[in-house]
Amino acid sequence: MDLIKAKELIFEYVRRDKNGEVDGFKRAIDGISLSIKQGDFIAVLGANGSGKSTLAKHLNSLLHPTEGVVFVDGNDTADADKVWDIRKAVGMVFQNPENQMIGTIVEEDVAFAPENLGIESDRIKERVKESLDIVEMYEYRRSTPSKLSGGQKQRIAIAGVLAMHPKCIVLDEPTAMLDPEGRRDVIRAIRALNDVENITIILITHNMEEAIYANRIYVMDSGRIVMQGTPREVFSHVEELEQYRLSVPQVTRLAYDLRNAGLDIPPGILTRKELCEALCRS
Amino acid sequence: MSIIVNHLDHVFSPGTVFEKKALSDVSFKVENGEYIGLVGHTGSGKSTLVAHLNALLEPTGGGIYYDGVDIFSEGYDRKALRGKVGLVFQYPEHQLFEEDVFSDVCFGPKNLGLDRSEVELRAYDALKAVGVKDEHFYVSPFDISGGEKRRVAIAGVLAMKPEVLILDEPCAGLDPKGREEILSLVDDLHDNLGISVILVSHSMDDLAEHVHRILVIDGGKLVMDGEPREVFRHRPELDAMGLTVPEATAIMSDLKRMGLAVRDDLITVEEAKREILRVFGR
Amino acid sequence: MIRDITLGQFYPADSVLHRLDPRVKLTGTLVYVISLFLFQSYIGYLVATAFLVSMIVLSRVPVSFMFKGLKAVFILILVTGLLNVFLTPGRELVTFWKITITIEGLRMAGFMVLRIVYLIVGSSIMTLTTTPSSLTDGLEKGLGWLKFLKVPVHEIAMMMSIALTFIPVLLEETDRIIKAQQARGADFESGNLIRRIKALVPILVPLFVSAFRRANDLAIAMESRCYRGGEGRTKLYPLRYQGRDVAAYIVLAVYLAGTICVGILF
Repeated sequence: MDLIKAKELIFEYVRRDKNGEVDGFKRAIDGISLSIKQGDFIAVLGANGSGKSTLAKHLNSLLHPTEGVVFVDGNDTADADKVWDIRKAVGMVFQNPENQMIGTIVEEDVAFAPENLGIESDRIKERVKESLDIVEMYEYRRSTPSKLSGGQKQRIAIAGVLAMHPKCIVLDEPTAMLDPEGRRDVIRAIRALNDVENITIILITHNMEEAIYANRIYVMDSGRIVMQGTPREVFSHVEELEQYRLSVPQVTRLAYDLRNAGLDIPPGILTRKELCEALCRS
Repeated sequence: MSIIVNHLDHVFSPGTVFEKKALSDVSFKVENGEYIGLVGHTGSGKSTLVAHLNALLEPTGGGIYYDGVDIFSEGYDRKALRGKVGLVFQYPEHQLFEEDVFSDVCFGPKNLGLDRSEVELRAYDALKAVGVKDEHFYVSPFDISGGEKRRVAIAGVLAMKPEVLILDEPCAGLDPKGREEILSLVDDLHDNLGISVILVSHSMDDLAEHVHRILVIDGGKLVMDGEPREVFRHRPELDAMGLTVPEATAIMSDLKRMGLAVRDDLITVEEAKREILRVFGR
Repeated sequence: MIRDITLGQFYPADSVLHRLDPRVKLTGTLVYVISLFLFQSYIGYLVATAFLVSMIVLSRVPVSFMFKGLKAVFILILVTGLLNVFLTPGRELVTFWKITITIEGLRMAGFMVLRIVYLIVGSSIMTLTTTPSSLTDGLEKGLGWLKFLKVPVHEIAMMMSIALTFIPVLLEETDRIIKAQQARGADFESGNLIRRIKALVPILVPLFVSAFRRANDLAIAMESRCYRGGEGRTKLYPLRYQGRDVAAYIVLAVYLAGTICVGILF
């Protein structure tokens, strides 16, 4: 069974004028169908305003479809009785780590979700420890979040979601505000979740380098899914991606140019190593 | 225009337990018309340095001379300095406050004490120079897209007619196309308006493509100062500071290590492509 | 400047007072405040001093920290003291011009100043030895009975704890906004009062916009982490009374009884 399934999803915002009167509708999601299996690592790419964050909020029952349906773990997200089951199954990590910290010290923040679920104290302690261990932040459990770096804060946010024992984590541009070091650490933590814990990952980003670890990429534009496939498939369409205000990783770009110039290089090169090996062979 | 930074030191909270040396013995000179990249990881002291260039912080040792005059001397007109050394902060949200875009851009020149027609003329020119569409002049600065907000923020500083423009991570959080647009705007300001530019960035790829000189700050010290090609020759040292080299440089040095007779002092994808094609006889 | 305020600041140390249940400390502070208002005599103040000194010793917080909080209210203390010296009728001590200083006045002023100083030092002992979060926990649980009077105790405690988390974030943000506007030539230091107040607009607007955005983000983040109010919530570290808390309550009861006796007898 699919963990997440969306069918013909449409979502419209009501736009209001200055007096609060309905001014019109804006279609943020325009007929999306997708299915995601347990253990998948999905990357959703799209320019600012392409509707990817709106899509993410549907997976957590924070927004409900105007038309169409979304099923999470067999539950309809529009079903008010299932909201908490859905939010427990799909955790969300947002862009700004500062705006998702609840608690004056790290372990309190990580304990927030299990506390809400009414789990008993000893179990909470275990969950806090294991979650912080996974993101390699256990030694900071007594620290004040404001003293930590952006990358560390974002890993705390991930631990806070992990403590719910979710089946899937949706990360909405988790690295957009981080420096390269923080970015690296967060991506490493995300990959470990998928590889080791078999947690389904949905990574929303416009950083192309982060998407190469996914086993499937969806490219969004104006509320629609316009491309999908493995990173290799998607990144071999360099010009098409540029139309959607996106790009490809620099190595991919170089490999693409070299291939066009007639060198014998396979399409969709994703890493430096692949490119170097391909060049040494030819 | 010239800026001389002379043995600049800055210690935060001197004499207390929180004492922290943020800058030590930083010296360099900025000549008219330069295009400089400033790099260093978070906490390296680069933001502190930038704040000094704008006289927002006072040094605890050393000094800065703008056109030969000590900017920290008694009676020096710092407001006029801030008009000449324009500083654009990372998040436009930190400065946009007026009811519409146009009034917001007027804020800077108005503070310089110019008369109204001059203020409005400058605001108009600045908005045109950054490519803000006419229909956006009178909308709220909170209702425009992220990329547009950056443009307006840059215009807000540009309207003061600076001779030097310092931009702190102007592309953070933008999608690939948005990044490209902002960087080419900065190129235009440098090439066409003759403004000297200091670009603070984490992206070595961007710096390699755009700037003519790079300053590397690490642990409060200026550790490298030279042309991009020269700086990026020091891959191991940069690695040790938690910084990287451009992807193209990394590819070339990997290829060389694998036995291909290529130059490894190349820094952009375009250069790398030409060199590889040359080696393969195309 | 904002950073100098010590009231509400926590001083990390390992002492008996640090380990006590926050509810005990809240009750203790209340009892102490009551005792200060009951005492009208030298003996009473002696008892209060003895209690305060032993608490300071037990807390293992440097004395200088305790008295830092006084700086902020120095003017208040001074004015209260002077008013009492000059305005209390009684036996005349010295008279010059139209002002008479009385023995009662001096005594009264001394008591008032001591009372304020003890009040502030006493309550800062509580905040210095209790983390903000356990203080809110203590309030939530200790005042739980107010729920029956329809007081939203959990919500108030949650708001306090969120406010505490966001204070450093917003302070830092204010600093950044000030710098960004200064870089555009804004001037916050010169001009008359009205100009200065007007100069705050470019700081306050971005700050409010940002605070609202943060509040909105936080609300969504809390919802997505299954927050649905205080009902059925558990705690990572639930408050449970230990032996030492019972002992502390006994000490407090004895102190309160003693206070009442001293208050009646002297």
